[in-house]
Amino acid sequence: MSGTLQRIAPQLIALAALVALVSVFYPAFLSVQMNDGRLVGPVIDVLKRGAPVALLAIGMTLVIATRGIDLSVGAIMAICGAAAAWALASGWGTGAALALALAAGAGAGLWNGLLIAGFGIQPFVATLILMTMGRGVAQLITEGRILTFTDPGFSWLGSGTALGLPVPVWLWLLAGLFVAALMRRTALGLLIEAVGINRRASALAGVNATVLLVAVYVASGLCAALAGIVETADIRGADANNAGLWLELDAILAVVIGGNSLLGGRFSIAASILGALIIQTITTGILLAGFPSEYNLVIKAGLVLVILILQSPRISAEWRLMRDSRRVQPKPAPAKATPTRPAPEDRT
Amino acid sequence: MNTRALPLYATIVIFLLACALAWTQFPNILSTRVFGNLLTDNAYLGIVAVGMTLVILSGGIDLSVGAVIAFSGVFIAVMLRDTGLHPLPVFALLLLLTGAFGAGMGFLIDRLAMPAFIVTLAGMFLARGAAYMLSIPSVPITHPFYQTLQGAYVLMPGKGRLTLIGVLMVAVVGLGMALAHRTRFGTSVYALGGGEQTARLMGVNQGRTTVLVYAFSGLMAGLSGIVFSVYTGSGYALAAVGTELTAIAAVVIGGTLLSGGAGYVFGTLVGVMTMGLIQTYLVFDGSLSSWWTKIVIGLLLLAFILLQKGLLRLSRGRLAGGGA
Repeated sequence: MSGTLQRIAPQLIALAALVALVSVFYPAFLSVQMNDGRLVGPVIDVLKRGAPVALLAIGMTLVIATRGIDLSVGAIMAICGAAAAWALASGWGTGAALALALAAGAGAGLWNGLLIAGFGIQPFVATLILMTMGRGVAQLITEGRILTFTDPGFSWLGSGTALGLPVPVWLWLLAGLFVAALMRRTALGLLIEAVGINRRASALAGVNATVLLVAVYVASGLCAALAGIVETADIRGADANNAGLWLELDAILAVVIGGNSLLGGRFSIAASILGALIIQTITTGILLAGFPSEYNLVIKAGLVLVILILQSPRISAEWRLMRDSRRVQPKPAPAKATPTRPAPEDRT
Repeated sequence: MNTRALPLYATIVIFLLACALAWTQFPNILSTRVFGNLLTDNAYLGIVAVGMTLVILSGGIDLSVGAVIAFSGVFIAVMLRDTGLHPLPVFALLLLLTGAFGAGMGFLIDRLAMPAFIVTLAGMFLARGAAYMLSIPSVPITHPFYQTLQGAYVLMPGKGRLTLIGVLMVAVVGLGMALAHRTRFGTSVYALGGGEQTARLMGVNQGRTTVLVYAFSGLMAGLSGIVFSVYTGSGYALAAVGTELTAIAAVVIGGTLLSGGAGYVFGTLVGVMTMGLIQTYLVFDGSLSSWWTKIVIGLLLLAFILLQKGLLRLSRGRLAGGGA
């Protein structure tokens, strides 16, 4: 447990600093009230609005840990939302709509996984295909319209409340806990990291890398399906054009803020979810503090840049060189590098 | 037979087949009017795809181009609205800006040794954000020079209009072909895409080539932004969403290997035309909806990637067979 805490400490500190910063501009940020048995307040809003990205980040963490990337999650969200709305509009009922949406997500993930693990296409290219096609498929399902529905059971998933907290918050909390437990209480997490570090070596060591890769993309598809369900249920309609637009970028950003290397290997789901919350705090904070929302994208770009510089294998090698050259003076050895930083290696 | 050129031949055959198929159903599709519109409607895409071709040939990717096109449009519109400058100096300033932007991304990719797609993703955010900061609502361009540009065309036999921007696109493809196949820079780009280690050992200046290739892509995106603003007569921060994907698809359908090192700039033109033809066909048909474009393009993309995989395996097998 202390290991996990140490691992997510930078993200926690960043989040706390961010919350403090937003509180300076908007003092009521941390106030939470009980209203009709529901907690309300800006913080709760951040937790709820961050749900789609947090859900996507769970799946994306696993994909990135295998040294892959999933660019299609936004399009999968649109497909699943459209499938659910179509099922509800045709009178299938809540359970069947949910099942159909999840099946669509798993199917899309399976397609990605087969292209990548089966045909050996680069992950970024294979998921690009679904990214271009997916919105077309979603529009095919909705026939180009915004499908709306009035199903109280389904909308509850997007805007309902359970035990004081909004349902989407429960969804990402439970999904995160479930996946993290699955990864860390079994050897699955270790095997995924092994595939990410060196697929060939892990295959030689007896890990079934092909099945594992497919499973990881299916998991990402399922997470995207959940995110699509939350978004569709929240607005009570499926918008094939705008559902999940650009969320793949936010999800990747969340994983990268979570300190997970894009070069694969060690991962932390808790840190990725914190990354998603950091992104949402920035978005909400900008609005609450009264800054124009168009600053949002520029700030995100700056953030990516800073993280890239921190993660860069070349910069960290030079940084080590600088540190070593300074070590001539008799000083205690500097703190060891964070374990997430990838070892300097040549691009091949 | 050169296996590397096979995807290009396949592209040309598919384009001709698609033309023939369209012709059997709608004989009017083979007219200079349709051809002229094909060039005009896809001018901005063709130009940006030429830049993308060189980036992909070098083994990289540039996801920022769609955002740069949108930024260019907004930048031009706002500059023309707020300052009394003539469009030509504004164009020059813009090209300088987008070229420097691309060069900056290339520098970061080279210095940080990070995947190109994540660096250019940040560039995409930055350009889109900058466009938003300039103006959120769409800004119309009313300068008389723009009317001259929009009205500039040559009437082809059969009343087809060969517009200025269409001709510009063809010229840019020619420039790209010369640059890729006839210059030292082009050779360096191919070498870099074929393998960084080998390229370094051959004496290719990796850093310089990377910076230049992204600068070229930025420049092309800026030029494409100018063409797009002429085409639409306005600047809008949400314009050209997803153009980067369409451009990548055009490059791949044009027979360029996505992992870099092999391909032809001319193929990209055929790829752009193939995609334009699909759209034209859908318009002619009338009963099919626009989302079929996305699905068909996605399937074509998949087919070409699988074809490339197959060819790669084939040539590798032949190499291994010859070496044994």
